[in-house]
Amino acid sequence: MCKDLRGAHDPAGAGSLQTCAPAPRAVQGTVPAVLELEGVAHRFGRLGPLDLRVAEGETLAVLGPSGAGKTTLLRLLLGLLAPDQGVVRFRGEDVRALDPAARRRRIGYVVQGGGLFPHLTAEGNVTLVARWLKWPQERIARRLEQLQHLARLPEGALQQYPAQLSGGQAQRVGLLRALMLDPEVLLLDEPLGALDPVTRFDLQEDLRTAFEQLRKTVVLVTHDLGEAAFFAHRIALLYQGRIAQEGTFEELSRAPADPYVARFIHAQRAPLERLR
Amino acid sequence: MILALLAVVQIGSKAFTESVIVAEMAAQVARSAGVSAVHRRELGGSRILWDALLRGQIDAYPEYTGTIAQELLPGQGDLRDRVAAKGVVMSQSLGFSDSYAIGMARRTAERLGIRTLDDLARHPELRLGFSNEFMDRKDGWPALRAAYRLPQRNVRGLEHDVAVRALAGGAIDATDLYTTDAEIAAYDLVVLEDVRRFFPDYEAVLLWRKDLPASAVEAFRRLEGRISARQMIELNARVKLRREPEAQVAAEFLASALDVRSTPRIESRARRIAARTVEHLQLAGLSLALAVVVAIPLGIAAARRPRSGQVLLGFVGLVQTIPSLALLVFMIPLLGIGARPAIAALFLYSLLPIVRNTAAGLSGIPPEIRDSAEALGLPRLARLRLIELPMASPSILAGIQTAAVIDVGTATLGALIGAGGYGQPILTGIRLADLGLILEGAVPAALLALLAQALFELLGRFFVPKGLRL
Repeated sequence: MCKDLRGAHDPAGAGSLQTCAPAPRAVQGTVPAVLELEGVAHRFGRLGPLDLRVAEGETLAVLGPSGAGKTTLLRLLLGLLAPDQGVVRFRGEDVRALDPAARRRRIGYVVQGGGLFPHLTAEGNVTLVARWLKWPQERIARRLEQLQHLARLPEGALQQYPAQLSGGQAQRVGLLRALMLDPEVLLLDEPLGALDPVTRFDLQEDLRTAFEQLRKTVVLVTHDLGEAAFFAHRIALLYQGRIAQEGTFEELSRAPADPYVARFIHAQRAPLERLR
Repeated sequence: MILALLAVVQIGSKAFTESVIVAEMAAQVARSAGVSAVHRRELGGSRILWDALLRGQIDAYPEYTGTIAQELLPGQGDLRDRVAAKGVVMSQSLGFSDSYAIGMARRTAERLGIRTLDDLARHPELRLGFSNEFMDRKDGWPALRAAYRLPQRNVRGLEHDVAVRALAGGAIDATDLYTTDAEIAAYDLVVLEDVRRFFPDYEAVLLWRKDLPASAVEAFRRLEGRISARQMIELNARVKLRREPEAQVAAEFLASALDVRSTPRIESRARRIAARTVEHLQLAGLSLALAVVVAIPLGIAAARRPRSGQVLLGFVGLVQTIPSLALLVFMIPLLGIGARPAIAALFLYSLLPIVRNTAAGLSGIPPEIRDSAEALGLPRLARLRLIELPMASPSILAGIQTAAVIDVGTATLGALIGAGGYGQPILTGIRLADLGLILEGAVPAALLALLAQALFELLGRFFVPKGLRL
């Protein structure tokens, strides 16, 4: 049922999305936060100050228009940026106190388009860090095998170079690369942004399956309401560097916290409702 | 090995025929006495040779007393003492003087009965043509006219070569010459006697360092007073007009005049080209290797800190704007003559393309790839080695290729400061107006540049990862 009622392809209207969204798995405050932003601000990224908690095992979508500060937020969580004020915590510790390289290996990151290194084959991309960490060959092979069914790549795709892969394949390889070291958290930046609708449709399904199977904590950044509703237990709507509202899709659409939230949700639902 | 090299007596010559012949004689006469001596040809002008002698980069070279007195050590007192104060010994005159002089066609001189410059003053109708330099120098035509009260009105400035031909063709009646010019014999000219000793003396001498072994000094002294002006003119003519090799001419003179049996080192053309190729490859190769080692880290630094990178690029760009010849000459006070200053100049020259292309290649990596690499948790050096440098490799390689082609071309100028290479035959060829000799340097230099170009295309297949060539 749910499969047919998704995002932009939902002929029944986005209103039925709520029935498809994953049930909230984590209740805030009772489950320890994996990632936590406290009073974090970044001047050049025009972000904050803001507070945000990502609970163990939940999928959080950071939703917002372009320029809202989504990517800055992701880079702060990854430790690629240091906040001008406030603290970013990973499992309760100030991220700046952690060894950055080790911390990043506990967080997988997937960018739009996969961000693949063009000089390496797909497999070279996926196994790069494992090889650098001197994993034995068998361990690398074993891990690749575990992951391959998740990504559903065609035969031989791993031996191809990024230039030879389709957009969807490159994105899947990017996901594999992020998952190779079995990180505790997965951060995705517009993972479906640049794909054609059909590819997008297939990949959405596979991604959600993967998130559920892996039981990982996921932060997903997107400007697409349907995508946020489809993947996330919880949505944080980012607007002009602040979190305008935080909650389930249902909460946001039923009780928008301010006029902007109402407009943002309306803008993305209206085209579909006109079809009725 | 190094000691053996140090023991070799190095004899330099200036970039003109007479100097090369005399230096060749000195080298051969030393070798015949069992001293191992080499002749470093055509190193440059008086100042370069003199400085090289004082620094010990060469041990001896032929010079003229007038040049020492007026250009190198102007001042009072006995010339020999002034030279000695610098740690240099001056030989007695080799027997000829290469001074300024006024020459006429023998026919005209004999018809008019002119033997001396005083005689010239009695013929105001004669047409005079002087080299432009002689016309302008204060100690040239204006002073000469005053000294001999020369009445001629018809006086023109001409190029030296043109003047000599005009004289032979009868278009002018007298011109300025050097007293040992090859043309004196070739065109049957006479040199008018300078009875009032107006022109300063340019006696040919050998200069050598005080620390030279006695055996070499003894050999050099055998040349003192043994070369007459007439003989020198003949030797110059054989080289310059008849294109005989200097070494051959020098050897034959030594055999007939001093009974010295020496084997001139005359290389076959193939041998010569092979030797110049080795020198040229050393110049271009070493400078390029140094530039690669220095410029790639500089390019990495420039990409990492764009603001200081701009300053750095500006600086290496500035070096590039210095004309290559000037850069070579700037190196002489720092590094003397020979291969070292040439390599240093070429090194500076090849920095820019490599630094710029390395920085551009690295800065051109898209930000999402950069973020991905950093997010993967690879430390900085690993990112550089595994991701950034391989991705920038096509650009870096193109920069090295550009530098290599520049190096191969510019290295031909190295011959001007005694570095050898393909520039040597070009330089000698220009001096002797010998097109064959010019081509002997120019053609291999062009071929080597093409070869370098092709080599780097080939290297691209090995060094640029396959994924970037799709």
